[in-house]
Amino acid sequence: MLIEEIMKTKIFTLKSDNTIKDALRIMRANKIRHLPIVNDENNLVGLLTERDLKNALPSPLVKKTVENIYEQNLEKLMITNPIVCHPLDFVEETALIFYENRIGCLPVVSGGKLVGIVTTNDLLYTYIEITGATRPSSQIEIRVNDQAGTLHDVTKVFTKHHASILSVLVYPDSQHEEKRILSIRVKVMNPLPIIDDLRKEGFDVLWPNMPGINRL
Amino acid sequence: MAKYAGYQSSINKAVFIYSPEQLDYKFSDTHPFNQKRLELTIDLLTSINALNPSNIVKPRNTTEEELLLGHDIRYINAVKMAGHGKLTEKQGEPFGIGTEDTPIFPNMHEASAKIVGATLTACDYVMQGLSEHALNLGGGLHHGFKGRASGFCIYNDSTVAIKYMQKKYNARVLYIDTDAHHGDGVQWSFYDEPNVCTVSIHETGRYLFPGTGTITERGSGKGYGTSFNFPIDAFTEDESFLEVYTTALREITDHFKPDVILSQNGADAHYLDPLTHLYGTMNIYKEIPKLAHELAHKYCDGKWVAVGGGGYDIWRVVPRAWSFIWMEMTDQALPTGNLPKAWLDKWQKESPVTLIPTWTDPENLYDPIPRKTEITEKNQQILEKALLPIRSKNSELI
Repeated sequence: MLIEEIMKTKIFTLKSDNTIKDALRIMRANKIRHLPIVNDENNLVGLLTERDLKNALPSPLVKKTVENIYEQNLEKLMITNPIVCHPLDFVEETALIFYENRIGCLPVVSGGKLVGIVTTNDLLYTYIEITGATRPSSQIEIRVNDQAGTLHDVTKVFTKHHASILSVLVYPDSQHEEKRILSIRVKVMNPLPIIDDLRKEGFDVLWPNMPGINRL
Repeated sequence: MAKYAGYQSSINKAVFIYSPEQLDYKFSDTHPFNQKRLELTIDLLTSINALNPSNIVKPRNTTEEELLLGHDIRYINAVKMAGHGKLTEKQGEPFGIGTEDTPIFPNMHEASAKIVGATLTACDYVMQGLSEHALNLGGGLHHGFKGRASGFCIYNDSTVAIKYMQKKYNARVLYIDTDAHHGDGVQWSFYDEPNVCTVSIHETGRYLFPGTGTITERGSGKGYGTSFNFPIDAFTEDESFLEVYTTALREITDHFKPDVILSQNGADAHYLDPLTHLYGTMNIYKEIPKLAHELAHKYCDGKWVAVGGGGYDIWRVVPRAWSFIWMEMTDQALPTGNLPKAWLDKWQKESPVTLIPTWTDPENLYDPIPRKTEITEKNQQILEKALLPIRSKNSELI
């Protein structure tokens, strides 16, 4: 999956000569935490984060406020050389950039122009879509050997039951290093005939899988 | 019937909607959804003299216009054709029919429409004041979608019935779903409807069909805040189930103030149910109708329609569980002790499993659950999170 498929293209931006007051207003009104700063040609010149903005403001516990703080412009406050990504970057690799740099937002830049924005929330939503149930289905987990052809043998059983598979995830098995957990979302309400057949083929079906409890 | 007996109250306590035609809703001999449960339940109730022929009302049929309240014409036509051998499984696929879950069977439209008609009959009895409560155990097919069959359900009788009660009686409806599976079909039908509140308590969709029913599904638009979900953990036992059910229902009913309650009574949250992983026993099936009954009198002038639903241990679980609903509805003391010997002897011959001879489940039905405390704690958190919006609203008023 590519960044251009998940990025937001409706972007709130400001110029570097906008004031702190402008930034506060736009962030609060739209419930956003990051503001790309652009010039007249829509080139990215900086990034303003909610944290930097808050650092610049006086504490709400202190009564006396220095009023002209709110009138200062964003030039000194913004990050001037933010990490960016490209519309054709892979979502998986971009997730790693977020994780390693402990950041919350990446402006998407192409041809020097700002074309989109990706936040950790967008990545989370992608994860939810991949793992979640968007259509009625059951989930079956199977502990399998980590070897070629296993997935083929498993899906053969599903084919036999004309059961449509919505998603397949392969997890490492925290208890057995040489095994993998297959998590399959399948469009059936009654998975018992499939589970029976999987067991007949010798597969270790965990359904449901809760550490410390074995029912079946 | 009471209306012919001048010395009786003009209002029946409850009617039992049934005709043997409901047994025509049958996918195959091996399919887990098996309406033989209706026969077993009626026979059990009759054998303890809790149900007599004068209580039973023959359901009416449903018109196509009524079906259209909840379903697309293209879908209805596809179901009609399928039932008359004019639709291949491949053609049925986009409509969710011809699958292993919902296979094509002869006259499937007619059989499914009759189930809807029975729930509509129940609604008419209650809304017209002919009886306080009404029970249609053949209904409760809560997975049916507008244009698609799903999870053993073709037409969604509850969806059609709620739309019907809105249209004909201008009623504000509370739908309570205690089936172990999420009541998705009904929820999505009224997701943006502020005058219908859907409440579903079910095993989490982590493994179990249909996978939806998270606490964050609260409705949308004008209907935001009228959809409640309590996805309890696999291995949940009686106490925790009832804590969630009782607290949720009392607070939601008081908040929503319905005109009528429609309860879906799937009996598949029992430990013995083959399809789910909840660890309920007969105790929950005594308490579920008891509270619905109490709340119907407190808020709705008694108006309470109950339907069936899932329930796949048709021998050991469903007949006992569903008998409790009828007895609760008609103010008969819930039975204890042994089931009638005649009933046990008659059905044991057919049952592939040994029947449970008592109304309550035996002690030590299952081995203790190792992580009970954590599961209870997690369910309590779900309860609190799901009720937070109505609780904070109430506290603002104080």
